[in-house]
Amino acid sequence: MSRIAITVNEKARLIDVAPDTPLLWVLRDTLGLTGTKYGCGMGLCGACTVHLDGEARRSCQTAVGSVGAKKITTIEGLSPDHSHPIQRAWIAEQVPQCGYCQSGQIMQASAFLAKTPHPAREQIDEAMSGNICRCATYQRIRRAIQRAAEQKLDDSSNPS
Amino acid sequence: MIPQTQVSRREFLKTSTQATGALILGFSLPTRGQAQEPASSGPFKIFKPNAWLRITADNQIRVLVEKPELGQGSRTYTPMMIAEELEVDWSTIHVEQAPTIPSIYQSLRTGGSGGVANTYTPMRQVGAQAREMLITAAAQQWKAKKKDCRAESGAVVHSPTNRRLTYGELVEAASELPLINPDEVTLKQPKDFRIIGKSLPRTDVPSKVDGSAGFGIDVRAPGMLFAVIARCPFFGGNLQSSDAAAAKAVSGVRAVFPVPPLPRHFNTAGGVAVVADSTWAAMQGRKALALTWDKGPGANESTDTLRKVVEQRASGPPTFIALDRGDAVEALVGPVKKLEASYESPFQAHATMEPMNTTVHVRDHEIEVWSPTQFADEVQKEIAELSGFPLDKVIVHMTLSGGSFGRRYQWDYAAEAWQVAKEMKKPVQLLWTREDDMQHDFYRPYNYQRLSGGFDAQGNLVAWSTRLVTTPISGSNLYTGFTESPETLKDPATIAALEWYGADVAPYSIPNLRIEYSPADSVVPRSWWRSVASSYTPFAKECFIDELAHASGRDPFQFRMDLLTDKSPETARLRAVLELAAENSGWGKPLPKGRGRGIACRVGGSCSAQVAEVSVDDDGTVQVHRVVSAVNCGIAVNPDGVQAMTEGAINFALTAVLTGEITIKGGAVEQSNFHDYQVLRINQAPEIEVHIVPSAEDPNGVGELGAMLVPPAVANAVFAARGVRVRRLPMDPQLLKRSQS
Repeated sequence: MSRIAITVNEKARLIDVAPDTPLLWVLRDTLGLTGTKYGCGMGLCGACTVHLDGEARRSCQTAVGSVGAKKITTIEGLSPDHSHPIQRAWIAEQVPQCGYCQSGQIMQASAFLAKTPHPAREQIDEAMSGNICRCATYQRIRRAIQRAAEQKLDDSSNPS
Repeated sequence: MIPQTQVSRREFLKTSTQATGALILGFSLPTRGQAQEPASSGPFKIFKPNAWLRITADNQIRVLVEKPELGQGSRTYTPMMIAEELEVDWSTIHVEQAPTIPSIYQSLRTGGSGGVANTYTPMRQVGAQAREMLITAAAQQWKAKKKDCRAESGAVVHSPTNRRLTYGELVEAASELPLINPDEVTLKQPKDFRIIGKSLPRTDVPSKVDGSAGFGIDVRAPGMLFAVIARCPFFGGNLQSSDAAAAKAVSGVRAVFPVPPLPRHFNTAGGVAVVADSTWAAMQGRKALALTWDKGPGANESTDTLRKVVEQRASGPPTFIALDRGDAVEALVGPVKKLEASYESPFQAHATMEPMNTTVHVRDHEIEVWSPTQFADEVQKEIAELSGFPLDKVIVHMTLSGGSFGRRYQWDYAAEAWQVAKEMKKPVQLLWTREDDMQHDFYRPYNYQRLSGGFDAQGNLVAWSTRLVTTPISGSNLYTGFTESPETLKDPATIAALEWYGADVAPYSIPNLRIEYSPADSVVPRSWWRSVASSYTPFAKECFIDELAHASGRDPFQFRMDLLTDKSPETARLRAVLELAAENSGWGKPLPKGRGRGIACRVGGSCSAQVAEVSVDDDGTVQVHRVVSAVNCGIAVNPDGVQAMTEGAINFALTAVLTGEITIKGGAVEQSNFHDYQVLRINQAPEIEVHIVPSAEDPNGVGELGAMLVPPAVANAVFAARGVRVRRLPMDPQLLKRSQS
């Protein structure tokens, strides 16, 4: 055990855990931020994706002691009111089914779009191929990312 | 298709009516049920005409949804049905999960794609009953005739004078009226629907884009502990020795103790539980355990031995004849032209993204359970039985589920959580790791199908036989496997519905038909997996039809149409979806070099046809570019929901076609995580088009429909592209690569 200082969703937090504890479990069990999900524990599914200084990272493969001063953003901190363009696009395209993987999908997509504002279909597939959705909402994920990129962000519009 | 767990409409109505009566007689919900009422509610501030609907004085509508939300949209389609008849604005609807009180709510489960079909009439009646009572209350207040009053946007309007009372204003008066029998209210005609048939955004989606949706794994209670179990990896095996010293020394670990396997219908493996302050500490403690296992009765079972067993069973006498029409045996003895082929598909895992978990708090006089289940009343019953607590002292909260696909119809993980929690006197969350989930699933049965078909001298398909062998769901049990006891086989129809549903060639007109069934023994637990037997029967049937079409030099689409000759409505529906899929896929039109199209269809409650378009890479990898699906599911209550389910089901089935396979070695599962059980990823996902046939008929399910036709449509397309017949799934790239050289 050691005292570790991290910044999560713009708040400074002091936690007492072993430095090799994966950030995923610190978020979920220590800080109660359960929006970030456990899916595989091996960096294979992307359900645990968060941002470190804006970069998408698998929190199950990130030791909390390695985070240092980097700012951690989780799904809870992406926007206060679903207002992030990716969240709005996710609602407009009615992406989620069970929804379990979607925190990770959204964190991956938002980091990707910040760097690639006008992605081609192949770039979307490449960027999102580390995130598994077993309900397999992939067609809608593609559409939502394209929608966010094109700023076609009418929340009230009906799907299909 | 899970027959024994579906509540018939008649039963549902009966219980709905009973429940309504119970409520008006002052039925009170137990403590936690009452806590769901707003604190400000006085006796008549809420109109509660039945168990599913609450209308408050401020014109807000609360709908209590029984069906679990697994991603299939129950928290949207249920309130849509109620709101349609109640005549309220969608924006005033609030949804919550109905509490697990089986004496009132007898449909706290979902399966067999039955959610929409089973609730369509009763949930509309729920809304209509309330509407009629509110109209009656308004008419009495105005001393007007009821027929001069109408319901509109959450209010009753007196048509001659345009006077208006909101539902909120009528709450008190309506609460004092005698109940109207929901069976006697007139339901709206589909042509008058304003909500049903429209694509409405799902009520649960906002919570699923901001992390606030509460799944089983997200349950947090003060002082709670976290647990994992090191399970016996060998099906039917046992713990031989255990050294927990190092595990107990891991920081944060609170307790380590053996958990015995639970027999028979619980089907738990047993092992050693590690309880800790955090999930990670529990996992670290488990790693430090030194355990040895006795391999048990499955020590010599492997996928290779199983393949031999199913082939043997296919050659021996059938255990029973499932269907026999005409004389297929005789007709196949000397036909002018005969074709034979065998099809095989392996065990499949559900691999829901949320691994199994349940949180349990055992107190002195009650047990509280939070479980991501699709079968809440059974979880309650089973834990009551295990613990000896009365049913009403087992409080089960059904959380959101992170996928299910049939897996959460089992209650093994909830029973295990109780086993661990009863030792701790604190809330304990038992979490399965991904490895646990992959290796202790209830798998889609292993199956093998041998088919024969014969043409007469005129080229008519006159005979068909199928021998189906599966490791059956019926009697699946960790310890004894399937026993061919007289009791088990007494009712072939029951087994038939689970094991060979969909093998029947109807409605193709083939005069001589025989379907034979034989079970194969295995220690591997089996259960429902999205579309159950229809996940493999159409693969054999619709591929073999394709083989027969090619053998007779005919177009596979036209060959099917030529066999669909009877005048039944079922056949007409199937012909229509075949035509719709063919037309939209460009069937018969040229494709780029190397691409091929394959078609498949099925009829049941819902009917569908699919056309897949594929190519094969140089290394033998199959690329599925496009799937066109035509669906007739009766009225599509939420068309975007039908589309989403169909897209998801198609992708789900593609995993089993392209990469997914659970193999057995030494009585244990070889795969452990997503690196060796590879599920479909976005870069493999095809373009999907869903064409829904307009209909005013009562709805049928679509949760499984889309998955059924993908194996044959893709395999037929591979044949069209490469001339290679794939008869075993998942597709073997080596086979396809060899074929090119």
